[in-house]
Amino acid sequence: MTGRPLLEVEDLRIDLDDGSRRVAAAEGVSFRIDRGETFGLVGESGCGKSITALALIGLLRPPLSIGGGVIRFEGQEIQHLSAARQRQLRGNRIAMIFQEPMTALNPVSPVGRQIAEMFVLHRGKSWREANQLAVEALASVRVPAPERRVKDYPHQLSGGMRQRVMIAIALACGPDLLIADEPTTALDVTVQAEIIELMRNLCAERGTAILMISHDLGLVANVCRRVAVMYAGRIVEERGSADIFRAPSHPYTQGLVDSLPRLGSRAALGRSRLKEIAGVVPAITRFPDGCRFNPRCTQATDICRTTAPQADGLEAGGFVRCHHHA
Amino acid sequence: MKLRANLVIGGSLFALAIVVGLLAPWLAHTDPVMDANLMNAEEPPSWTWWFGTDGQGRDIYSRVLYGARVSLTVGIVSQLINSVIGVALGLSAGYFGGWWDDIVNALTNLMLAIPSLIFALAIMAVLGPGLTSLLIALGLTNWSFTCRLARASALSLRSQGYVQAATVLGYGDARIMITQLLPNMLGPIVVIGTLGMGSAVLSEAVLSFLGLGVRPPFPSWGSMLSEAREQITTAPWLSIFPGLAIFLTVLGLNLLGDGLRDILDPQSRSRRT
Ligand SMILES: Nc1ncnc2c1ncn2[C@@H]1O[C@H](COP(=O)(O)OP(=O)(O)OP(=O)(O)O)[C@@H](O)[C@H]1O
Ligand code: SF4
Ligand SMILES: [Mg+2]
Repeated sequence: MTGRPLLEVEDLRIDLDDGSRRVAAAEGVSFRIDRGETFGLVGESGCGKSITALALIGLLRPPLSIGGGVIRFEGQEIQHLSAARQRQLRGNRIAMIFQEPMTALNPVSPVGRQIAEMFVLHRGKSWREANQLAVEALASVRVPAPERRVKDYPHQLSGGMRQRVMIAIALACGPDLLIADEPTTALDVTVQAEIIELMRNLCAERGTAILMISHDLGLVANVCRRVAVMYAGRIVEERGSADIFRAPSHPYTQGLVDSLPRLGSRAALGRSRLKEIAGVVPAITRFPDGCRFNPRCTQATDICRTTAPQADGLEAGGFVRCHHHA
Repeated sequence: MKLRANLVIGGSLFALAIVVGLLAPWLAHTDPVMDANLMNAEEPPSWTWWFGTDGQGRDIYSRVLYGARVSLTVGIVSQLINSVIGVALGLSAGYFGGWWDDIVNALTNLMLAIPSLIFALAIMAVLGPGLTSLLIALGLTNWSFTCRLARASALSLRSQGYVQAATVLGYGDARIMITQLLPNMLGPIVVIGTLGMGSAVLSEAVLSFLGLGVRPPFPSWGSMLSEAREQITTAPWLSIFPGLAIFLTVLGLNLLGDGLRDILDPQSRSRRT
């Protein structure tokens, strides 16, 4: 098992069929996640983070579809598995939690039952056993008085509690990979930190790898060992978290890092504002030729407008996709 | 905790009808069929004959009690069949969409285009009169509203976060439909079902009135009305009591349906606990 990555994505392309033609909503997406590793995917809204995650668990639905590339889970290609085989992976080996803890739980079912259902579904447990395991699962996400809480309906719980329940459900079957798509954006900041901490600790204890998706580079870099930055359907830079903060290579990543509020920096710089990246993300159907970042890039030259940059490996590991990278 | 008047009254009326039907052998004064006695034909209501007697001297009170059995059996069983058909078709159509949805839609529109009583009449004509035919005829012809409702609910529920979450967690289609969609649409389905029971009781009366229901001499409220037709001026009690029984049962079911609408909202359910 050593050496073989848990998840390998190679040259993944996601097509969007808008009726008349196919456009690539994401392309050339490659990354790998090792067992127990934490990996982040960062980018502005609409860059293709969520559809990449959906592709991994076989849940792209028309008009979106996988247009090419390979997804390997424990060395096995999973992008063409039958629906039934994919279902066995989902929730069992690969779990996912969402942005919206308010809506991701069934309102008419007690939360304990929703956790228990995972054991019945994927582990073939009896309801009796499953209910017992549900109490333990709820305890493991530090919900107080779990034996009473299992009987609660979702609307009786706070947002943070619900997200804990979601984590309990996602981790119920001891998955190898947890995909967390903006898991805390709907929560307030203090709860956010608690939930992230909880998720990270539980996964570390159990050796579960995390693919964390967010638009917040600061948050992701904090949780993850490595980070990939996505822009307009392509990964433009992939590095160790520390490196990306210290010396971002891609102009877009530099913009992201500069726009982060840093502790003390505001006070030191007096009235200086946070920098923002000028311009907007291009629409899928109107991606510019060449480097997709060129209309917003301060370092763009002629070649950037005609030729898409290739991924350049960096000495310290990782890669960057820019003709003039630092 | 505020008990709603419509729920209490409706529930009581419906419960009363059920108790009466179940306990008919103990509550009745005479046998509804055998105890005919021309000596006391067409007696008006009195202390001896609470609801009067009919042309053959049978006790109307006892016949109304036994009649509840037919009316309620038809009402409950046929509506149950309708609910199962409607939910199965509508839920799956809304969830899967595509050609299956088209077929179910066409079928529903067809059912809606033909008045269900006419359709039931046609089925009765083929099957012949009798309780079983009644159950089949009324059970197969009144599912279109339930179907519409289930389909619309499934369509809107399908995009809910928890339904998508269930897909992500590896739930299969059947499990999603049963655990995620069905419980969330049950409230309105039960309400429609209760109202449908009321209309099935009425339909039974109509079909029996037309001579297509339960065969005489066994009493049903509809057939009693039918037999009382000619004496409506001379012995009005023959029509009034079965009519009243139908009225109160249907009223009860309608009030109950209204009351359930409020109760079956999960938000209000737990506010009460
Ligand atoms: N079902 C769909 N039909 C058509 N286009 C879609 C669909 N789902 C996503 N897209 C498009 O694909 C692109 C990528 O979407 P995606 O949801 O992956 O973005 P994201 O990076 O997750 O953004 P966010 O941070 O807002 O969640 C977007 O431009 C979006 O408009
Ligand atoms: S390739 Fe050119 S346009 Fe693209 S990021 Fe690099 S410098 Fe900017
Ligand atoms: Mg997203």
